[in-house]
Amino acid sequence: MEKTTPMVEFKDIAKIYHNNTAVEKVNLKVNHGDFVCLIGTSGSGKTTTMRMINRMLEPTSGEVFLNGKNIKEFDPVKLRRKIGYVIQNIGLIPHMTIYENITLVPKLLKWPEEKKREQAKKLIRLVELPTDFLDRYPGELSGGQQQRIGVIRALAAEQDIILMDEPFGALDPITRESLQDLVKDLQEKLGKTVVFVTHDMDEALKLATKVVVMDHGNIIQQASPTELLNHPANDFVKKLIGEERLIQARADITTAQQIMLKDPVSITLGQPLKSAVSLMRKRRVDTLLVTDDDGYLKGYLDLADLNKYNRVTSVSDIMITRLFKIYTDTLIRNSAERILKQGLRYVPVIDHQGKLCGIVTRSSLVDMVYDIIWGGSEAEKDESADSTQGGEVQ
Amino acid sequence: MIAFLNQYGWQLLQKTWEQLYISAISLFLGMVVAVPLGIFLTRTPRTAKIVIGIAGMLQTIPSLALLALMIPILGIGKVPSIVALFIYSLLPILRNTYLGMESVDPVLKDSAKGMGMTSFQSITQVEVPLAIPVIMAGIRLSAVYVISWATLAAFIGGGGLGDFIFDGLNLFQPDLIIGGTIPVTIMAVLADYLLGLLEKKLTPLQQDSRDSEEADK
Repeated sequence: MEKTTPMVEFKDIAKIYHNNTAVEKVNLKVNHGDFVCLIGTSGSGKTTTMRMINRMLEPTSGEVFLNGKNIKEFDPVKLRRKIGYVIQNIGLIPHMTIYENITLVPKLLKWPEEKKREQAKKLIRLVELPTDFLDRYPGELSGGQQQRIGVIRALAAEQDIILMDEPFGALDPITRESLQDLVKDLQEKLGKTVVFVTHDMDEALKLATKVVVMDHGNIIQQASPTELLNHPANDFVKKLIGEERLIQARADITTAQQIMLKDPVSITLGQPLKSAVSLMRKRRVDTLLVTDDDGYLKGYLDLADLNKYNRVTSVSDIMITRLFKIYTDTLIRNSAERILKQGLRYVPVIDHQGKLCGIVTRSSLVDMVYDIIWGGSEAEKDESADSTQGGEVQ
Repeated sequence: MIAFLNQYGWQLLQKTWEQLYISAISLFLGMVVAVPLGIFLTRTPRTAKIVIGIAGMLQTIPSLALLALMIPILGIGKVPSIVALFIYSLLPILRNTYLGMESVDPVLKDSAKGMGMTSFQSITQVEVPLAIPVIMAGIRLSAVYVISWATLAAFIGGGGLGDFIFDGLNLFQPDLIIGGTIPVTIMAVLADYLLGLLEKKLTPLQQDSRDSEEADK
């Protein structure tokens, strides 16, 4: 199967109950290995959309393709056996042992006993549960353990695609988190395709490679988590993500380039000290970044050092070459702490060729911290950035 | 007591046997019809209401009247008795089967279907095993009804322990009435007990048997 054919493709799918439109018009591609999270408020049509993949629901109009083949061509029962299915309330059959539950689909597919036993053992190890759990009944396991079984049950017949309908909604936060990690891990390790319905934005952002935001039966936006946070399509998406998360995310996705001051005070290598001093005086700063003639960062010059070496004439002789610098695409999240803790007043920002592009000052970080804590608007941010430009490098 | 047994012992055994097989056949037919029907009705909720309504109406016909109504259709004897008792046995079994199947968590049905079970597999492997206690409760109830009402079969010549009771009533002999009633009661209690054992056997385990034994203690 060539990778270019999407695993699942929705074409103009609509689902109407009597007069209620559950899904209005959905076009969606789920590629191999994708982890797609359908997210929306209740009644947005996310579960309805998902359930049309394994024909638990039939669309009113439009077509769904699995690996390029119209799912109407499959027998629904056989189709469902190819597709893993995990639901919120776990749905382990209470009078079947864990073993019987895990091997339910393989049994339907008439696998030989030996193969089933082997598969069950392999899977239960995968979710780090002891193999003697196989002989127990679901009622004897905790909710988290049960849902682990629920997850591997959906993998037992080596399904390539797994549907999950708010599988962790009923679990406590700690258990939920560990199961999220588990599912993400399994999905990546085994290369499965997952379609995951949730109303929890944290969950979606954590798990998804592609987040599909739905509202009133339509797809509002489909994007990677980073893109979604960076460019929410409209107010609805913004609201769904939440103001708080958007601001916090800013620290997570802001690069040095976005907050740096673009016009750092710098001097070239060949200049005499005299012009360095006069530049400092003119710009009211006490350090100068030193670049070569092409703008590559070489080092910096400190006023204190200038005093000591007043007889030396060239900048290159006394500049200090050892300095902490960051790249334009460095995430601020990763360097903010270092800047703040080490007491650096500013950090030069260079591109990957080594050219000086700007500086990040402590006051630029202040803006971000301010935003995270107090939720400042864009306008305020720009203003404060302007006012601190001169102040810092003095 | 001993005199009574000496005089009527053989007859008593014979009548008890008659009572037993009239009841057993009626109940068996009731189960054969009502359990599958009850299961089928869960697939057609709209028809279910109507059918259960009809079965409920049949139940309200006074038993004596129903037996009398059998005479013009089927005459007298064992057959009309069995048919009448069969009709009575239907409702409790039908209703309990339907309710038992309906009470199975819809999540489990969804899960069974979503994993690719056919409707038949879902019924036999998931729904019926879970509904067994409720279905069996209906059968036990029916069994007790049918056994006690089978005494009325005597009224239309069906035989059974009712013969003793009616003779006793006609001849003002209380010992015949008591002699006919006691075996009926014993039979009903025994049937209920035995079906209870069957229910336990049929109900699938939901936890390790060792654990459940410990829990029982």
